[in-house]
Amino acid sequence: MIKSSSPSPEPVADGRKRLVLVGHGMVGQRFLEALVERGAADWQVTVLCEEPRAAYDRVHLTSYFSGTSADELSMVPAGFLDEHGIDLRLGDPAAAIDRAARTVTGRSGEVFGYDALVLATGSYPFVPPVPGHDADGCFVYRTIEDLEAIEEWAKGARTGAVVGGGLLGLEAAGALKAMGLDTHVVEFAPRLMAIQVDEGGGAALRRKIEELGVTVHAGAGTQEIGVGADGRAATMALSNGETLDVDLVIFSAGVRPRDQLARESGLDVGERGGIAVDENCRTSDPSIWAIGECALASDGRVYGLVAPGYQMAETVAHELTGGSGSFTGADTSTKLKLLGVDVASFGDAHGTSEGCLEVVYSNSREGVYKKLVVTAEGVLLGGVLVGDAGSYDLLRPLCLSGAVLPAPPEQLVLPESAGAPIAIGASALPDDALVCSCHNVTKGKIRAAVNDEGCADVPAVKKCTRAGTGCGSCVKMLTTIVQDELAANGVEVAKGLCEHFEHTRAELFEIVQVRGITSFRRLIEEHGTGSGCDICKPAVASILASLANGHILDGEQASLQDTNDHFLANLQRNGSYSVVPRIPGGEITPEGLIVIGEIARDFGLYTKITGGQRIDMFGASVDQLPLIWKRLVDAGFESGHAYGKALRTVKSCVGETWCRYGVQDSVGMAIELELRYRGLRSPHKLKSAVSGCARECAEAQSKDFGVIATSTGWNLYVGGNGGMTPRHADLLAADLDRETLLRTIDRFLMFYIRTADRLERTAPWVERMEGGLDHLRAVIMDDSLGICDDLDELMQRHVETYEDEWRATIEDPERLRRFVSFVNAPGTPDPTVTFVPERDQIRPAKPGEEGLPLATAGLIAGPTLEVRTS
Amino acid sequence: MTAYDTAYDPAYGAADGIGGTVVEIASADGWTPVCRLDDLIPGRGVAALVDGAQVAVFRGLGDEVYAVGNLDPFSGAYVISRGIVGSRGGVPMVMSPMYKEAFDLRTGLCLDADDEAVALPVYQVRVQTAVAAEVG
Ligand SMILES: Cc1cc2nc3c(=O)[nH]c(=O)nc-3n(C[C@H](O)[C@H](O)[C@H](O)COP(=O)(O)OP(=O)(O)OC[C@H]3O[C@@H](n4cnc5c(N)ncnc54)[C@H](O)[C@@H]3O)c2cc1C
Ligand code: SF4
Ligand code: FES
Repeated sequence: MIKSSSPSPEPVADGRKRLVLVGHGMVGQRFLEALVERGAADWQVTVLCEEPRAAYDRVHLTSYFSGTSADELSMVPAGFLDEHGIDLRLGDPAAAIDRAARTVTGRSGEVFGYDALVLATGSYPFVPPVPGHDADGCFVYRTIEDLEAIEEWAKGARTGAVVGGGLLGLEAAGALKAMGLDTHVVEFAPRLMAIQVDEGGGAALRRKIEELGVTVHAGAGTQEIGVGADGRAATMALSNGETLDVDLVIFSAGVRPRDQLARESGLDVGERGGIAVDENCRTSDPSIWAIGECALASDGRVYGLVAPGYQMAETVAHELTGGSGSFTGADTSTKLKLLGVDVASFGDAHGTSEGCLEVVYSNSREGVYKKLVVTAEGVLLGGVLVGDAGSYDLLRPLCLSGAVLPAPPEQLVLPESAGAPIAIGASALPDDALVCSCHNVTKGKIRAAVNDEGCADVPAVKKCTRAGTGCGSCVKMLTTIVQDELAANGVEVAKGLCEHFEHTRAELFEIVQVRGITSFRRLIEEHGTGSGCDICKPAVASILASLANGHILDGEQASLQDTNDHFLANLQRNGSYSVVPRIPGGEITPEGLIVIGEIARDFGLYTKITGGQRIDMFGASVDQLPLIWKRLVDAGFESGHAYGKALRTVKSCVGETWCRYGVQDSVGMAIELELRYRGLRSPHKLKSAVSGCARECAEAQSKDFGVIATSTGWNLYVGGNGGMTPRHADLLAADLDRETLLRTIDRFLMFYIRTADRLERTAPWVERMEGGLDHLRAVIMDDSLGICDDLDELMQRHVETYEDEWRATIEDPERLRRFVSFVNAPGTPDPTVTFVPERDQIRPAKPGEEGLPLATAGLIAGPTLEVRTS
Repeated sequence: MTAYDTAYDPAYGAADGIGGTVVEIASADGWTPVCRLDDLIPGRGVAALVDGAQVAVFRGLGDEVYAVGNLDPFSGAYVISRGIVGSRGGVPMVMSPMYKEAFDLRTGLCLDADDEAVALPVYQVRVQTAVAAEVG
């Protein structure tokens, strides 16, 4: 292989070569990571960054509107720059390149010499030069600053229009809609997302999006923005003669590569823009490389997606660290969720290959459109999926592999409910099928990681192959392949709960239910070994509790509970507990507030409002718990189950009753749901929320089950999650009436409780479900497994047998006996639980404060009579 | 009425003729009774004060009892008595409720740390039956 010569090094003082990176966007950061991963000791790295902040996740930019902070969007791991001695110049863009002198001059005037220069300047949004395009109230959608400005402006706006109905335009429209604006999308092409989807798909997409209340003007150009006397955008004239009243305009009419620096310094650029590079991503100057959206790749294309940019970044990192890499083109398959609608396209989506055939399933009633493009021999060439993209994970690799489809294409597009459920699994993929396009990992490589590298689980395979560590969209498929492979090797995929049971939690649930087992002792004697542990005991306790087997502190069940359940309170860092009474739907009377306030004051507790719309009281000792609860129960409060793997809260917004936008009584519904499912024990905690309209103030789509009011009923979302691994919930069913809503949630929860793994939240459970949402719908709405009666009955039993755990505890001396500080000195407070004041409340004392010893581990003197019997 | 009315008088034990099966822990003054065996739920523990030190007393699934220090060396909180009891590879263990390290109930050694220094002190403990009858 012929390679152009390396840049002649002009060593800096310490003998290292100088590398300058211009642009610290997504691709720039990936380049830095790839470089240090491969060992960047030879390079002294300087980064010129135009934006006021370091690289952030532009792909998830829109989540800024739903509360993700700029910090959370950051892509730079803490300490990364310092650790690797990278000199990042924020707010100092490169203003000029002097190729002869090999220097870059920053806007600040500072001059940086380089041995190697990497351009990663991305692209800029194209704004059509129509009259009025620069009026106040006109924006683009690319940076955090853009979004901040839009958010501010939207506060005083009623109507917003987005110019451009592509991927980004629809995303921007979704954001405007969510901010409560009347939203219009103006698209020049005759359909939405013209690049990715075909006519049928565009039509299905349009219907779905209009259903959500966004007005679509397709086949119309923007001719002029009318500007009011105050200099603000006021109207928008369209080429079809229409005029819209607007207060806010977002231009999203495509992007253009930022190649100006390169142009001015005489580098080759493409006719239609983009810095021309070869297969190694090197520009016409051998010391300069270009990567990401600013580059015109050797296949003649400019890639506007992040995955190809990452591949270019890897290529150059290899080149600069003594290896070799190449980028000759990339897969531009996309799968997105726009305004809650699944859209995916891959391969030859438009069916332009010679002699290709098309198989189409189109259902405008459901807003589903699926098209596969195949050869006469049955090789998959491409496809479009709108409204249901569940099969994308499988179809895309099948398409990339070029193999003949394992099943007739007709069967692959039909929904399960249409009677042709065909489950082709990961086993249908050939070895060369590309599973992870971010890191270019094939199924064969994944199998090899398991078979030859000894990777025994998904995290190990991720570490070894990097598959699944980019955009994450392939993780589901990856997991299936790894598990299939382990199973095929006879490595009994350690599905067992722990060393005491070879069964999964779901299997144990079946055993307990079918055999009517009511005790752990019997279960472990008949189906397990040993005496149990912290894994199986609480898991079985939860199963027994889900099946409504009496008070969780009675008899043997008491010994199975985690410490929190054992004391019906949450253990905090110094051994004290916190107490959370239930406040259904977050609605509380002034009297209720006063009671809580008085109790907290009388017991000296620290109080804090929780994220779940209730009040947490901290700093209670074990022996105070019953006294506190006696007063709470007398005032009508119940256990909030904050300590249990159980339903936590059903949050609500204020809803139709007060809010001028609301269309249903969200508070009433939240209270009804919370009271129905309170105390329901489950594999992990359950959170829920109800919003009174599509503005979604209660954030229902980040919950295990969330409900959003529509003008005619309720939309039910499932499998959402906040916290460490956020996931947007999926729309399970729309416009349900109250009865259907309750029935569907009943079944969803019971099906989850029955089949999920221990400590598996609904999000991963939904995520890994074979057959995806379709399957879930089939099971709980169409009763495809014939288990709905059973699920209904289980929930009915729960609802009927619910009792407040705390009331039942304080009424029973036997159960109260455990709430003592010391068994032989009850009433003697634990002297080690101490507090100090902070901001007018208490907090746990830290080591060294309030008589607490300074260090802990091993340093606290043991009692004189201790005997080590080992 | 307070929550602990139903608990036991600290002074009780074999000598005051309550009888039954009593759990005793070795202390400077000989054996200190801390509770009745029936007070211990199989598979759970309680905290006791012995010569001013906090001791965690556990009952296994049968009648066997163990006593170790109540201080969790990892969190610095006195919470070992509130952990779950079970077995790991046949070794009886208690799991700290704070950060979930397991300790061998017989030796106090931490099963999750290589460092032998991180161990709970172990106390001698015995179960005495029907002492009251002897007195009578
Ligand atoms: C809202 C939104 C949603 C998107 N969704 C997806 C998606 O779902 N999937 C997908 O694959 N892609 C998506 N993209 C596209 C994706 O964000 C880009 O492909 C990716 O950011 C390109 O990375 P980059 O580093 O090449 O450019 P950028 O991330 O734009 O970074 C370029 C950086 O260089 C800086 N710069 C420019 N000139 C100079 C200079 N002279 N000196 C110093 N710095 C300079 C810029 O300020 C910028 O910070 C989305 C983009 C947006 C805006
Ligand atoms: S009804 Fe609820 S979700 Fe809708 S705007 Fe009002 S508070 Fe927000
Ligand atoms: S495809 Fe993006 S991480 Fe695998």
